[in-house]
Amino acid sequence: NAEYMGTEQKTALQVSLASVKQKNGFRKVYFWGKIMGSNNDYFVVQGVTDDYLKNRKTLYSLNCMEWNNLTVEVTEKLMEVAHKVRGRFKGDPAHEFEIVEQVTKDGEEVEDTMTIKEEERLACVIQMIDCEGAVSPRGAFKLTPEGNVMLNNNFQGQEMTDASKLSSYFHFYPPENLFESALLAKANHDKALDFLTPLEQDIPRGSWSVQQEHSNNLVTLRSLWWPGLVGYNIINQPKFGYVYFGTGEKNQDLPFML
Amino acid sequence: MDTPTPKINPKEEQYINAKAYLSEASTDSGYNLYDHLSSCLTKILDERPENVYDIFEDISKDRKRSKFTSNVDTVQDKIDQSTEVALAIVQRKLFARGDGDEADQEPDEDAETPLPNLMELSFFFEQAGIGLNREEVIRVWMALKNLVESHNLQHVRFWGKLFGTEQNYYVAEVEYREGEEDADEEEEEAEEQHEEETTEKDDGEEGEEEAEEDDTPKPEFKPPPVVPREENRTGPNKKTYFVCNDPGKPWTKLPAVTPAQITSARQIKKFLTGRLDAPVVSYPPFPGNESNYLRAQVARISAGTHISPLGFYQFDEEEEEEEEGEGRDNFVENLDFEGLPTKEMTDPILSSWVHHVQHILPQGRCAWWNPVQKNEDDFEEEDEEEEREEPDEPEPEVGPPLLTPLSEDAEVGNMPPWTPKMSSNLIPQFAIACMHSNLWPGAHAFAQGKKFENVYIGTGHKYSQDNYSPPAPPAIQEEFPSGPEITETEDPTPEEEAALRAAKQDAMEAAEEMEDEEEQSDED
Repeated sequence: NAEYMGTEQKTALQVSLASVKQKNGFRKVYFWGKIMGSNNDYFVVQGVTDDYLKNRKTLYSLNCMEWNNLTVEVTEKLMEVAHKVRGRFKGDPAHEFEIVEQVTKDGEEVEDTMTIKEEERLACVIQMIDCEGAVSPRGAFKLTPEGNVMLNNNFQGQEMTDASKLSSYFHFYPPENLFESALLAKANHDKALDFLTPLEQDIPRGSWSVQQEHSNNLVTLRSLWWPGLVGYNIINQPKFGYVYFGTGEKNQDLPFML
Repeated sequence: MDTPTPKINPKEEQYINAKAYLSEASTDSGYNLYDHLSSCLTKILDERPENVYDIFEDISKDRKRSKFTSNVDTVQDKIDQSTEVALAIVQRKLFARGDGDEADQEPDEDAETPLPNLMELSFFFEQAGIGLNREEVIRVWMALKNLVESHNLQHVRFWGKLFGTEQNYYVAEVEYREGEEDADEEEEEAEEQHEEETTEKDDGEEGEEEAEEDDTPKPEFKPPPVVPREENRTGPNKKTYFVCNDPGKPWTKLPAVTPAQITSARQIKKFLTGRLDAPVVSYPPFPGNESNYLRAQVARISAGTHISPLGFYQFDEEEEEEEEGEGRDNFVENLDFEGLPTKEMTDPILSSWVHHVQHILPQGRCAWWNPVQKNEDDFEEEDEEEEREEPDEPEPEVGPPLLTPLSEDAEVGNMPPWTPKMSSNLIPQFAIACMHSNLWPGAHAFAQGKKFENVYIGTGHKYSQDNYSPPAPPAIQEEFPSGPEITETEDPTPEEEAALRAAKQDAMEAAEEMEDEEEQSDED
């Protein structure tokens, strides 16, 4: 599309991911994307073991060869701080971001400084993007009776008409208030397939851009909240996925821009 | 001879009963389980998929479903083919050669073509990690070739790709041959002049009417004079731009940009939709539709991010000195340029790259225009103007001159404005130098030896760390200050009126008494 991997980096990825997969016992390793910092870029991959949705392990690297586990536990407090950080990633995992805020404590205006390390911010941003941007087509994954999320072997890909509708895509993230919505009212609702939040309910309307490219064989969904997040779905083939190439900053101006 | 009926084994009997039960047709659909199971097992044995146990239910469902969908299939296929085939037909034209006339002439390979070697450039960009994929590049290249053949152009460049919510834009930067462009432009200008004349006439009539009536107070507000746009081939209109939504679709020429559009575009941030005639709904209102907004953004990005290695372009020293106040705006290629080593090009000091497009002043032009000029149309009101306080002469706006190195660029937040990178850290001898802009994310440039190129692939927005907030509405105009001369006096209340009347009555009676007394005294 626009940004992609230089040829040298691509080959390095292939080489190093094979050993990563074996070392960690992953069933599959996915290339998640690249977060561009001002000095250096982070390459991120995710590995899955049994359940495709839960327990995804994230690894990051600065040079596509050495991969470090992202072991930061993302707590709510950390997420709060991460939401407030502005500016690009630096490219140095040990860098500390400082945020100074005016807070009223006990009736007095006090400056509250919070710090967050770049590695923690990276973990938070990856989780935010996964929550809001990871997409999968309807029918690609199914919920097995044991409660695991598995690839649907019977998924043959979608037709063009289905694939160009936003309603055929889901957020690939553990859903929160799924059954309160009108999902059950849909005629062809299938509990095994419709267990994720659909993209149609995203606010604001129009925050996803669906386009057909490549002489109509490929449908891309671009997220406008996270510029650089692209989901793709190849027509009539069970090939789909999403990837993020961007600066790791949410597009806060979206309501003005639509 | 009678064939004796064989003794039926009890197990066989059970088997026959079971089979009969399984072959019972279902009352709903008319199919029976026996056939269904046999077809499922046949499929499994034929295809041998993995993990059959897990997907058995799905296979069963599929077989059932496949019996019903045969009617619908034909309709769906037709719809699909039309969109795909339509696009393929459009793009097929790209690969077709010229008309019959041109086919007679043998292609002259030595002739200079204004077409760039896009494949070579895209190879370099690929090393840097940006760009479009190969097939897309070929299509764009063919589309550019079509553009060159249909218009008489001196120079063509692939400017970049802009994303829109519904469709994308591919932009080509074009320079007409001298004299060619004027033909198109004259028509446009004639139309504009005609429109201007009609509006002037209307204004003239209104002016006369107003002079006659002197009752109504005339507002003293004069709208600030519209900054005129620069001529073609100068300033932001130095190059012309063509866009198309997909390679193969016809190229549309973007209109020239006016300073008002540039200043407006600087204050808003909107996504492009992909349709050139879409309105741009924003505050402050943007004068124009999406094609104007697109052109304004293209002009800003070109002015901010088109860079070249130091020394590639130089000022032509034979040209006479320009007038004071106007910077030089022309340059020529330096034929002696030898290229700088890659290490120097990726130096974080950024001194080996220069801008070769003029900076756009806050006014929206490249050459400053003094708005306090006295126009010929204002003869009637000259007297009034002198009476009013003359605003101070605005200071001329100055921008960095042409060919300024990047080291003079302002920082973005607390980041350098450009990030230099080498395409490969492992083989530095053959690596190319790449520059990524941090102010306009998506603008990239590369250089290697004597070759260099700029491209923009992105959404067309500037980067800012803080959120965008639209400008505040203008301050409310103040009312005329309230003072005693215009304050209404309050009407007297009924009690006051009564008191006044009573007082008057008393006064009159007193006066009458006095008169009576005087009369009486006179009479005496």
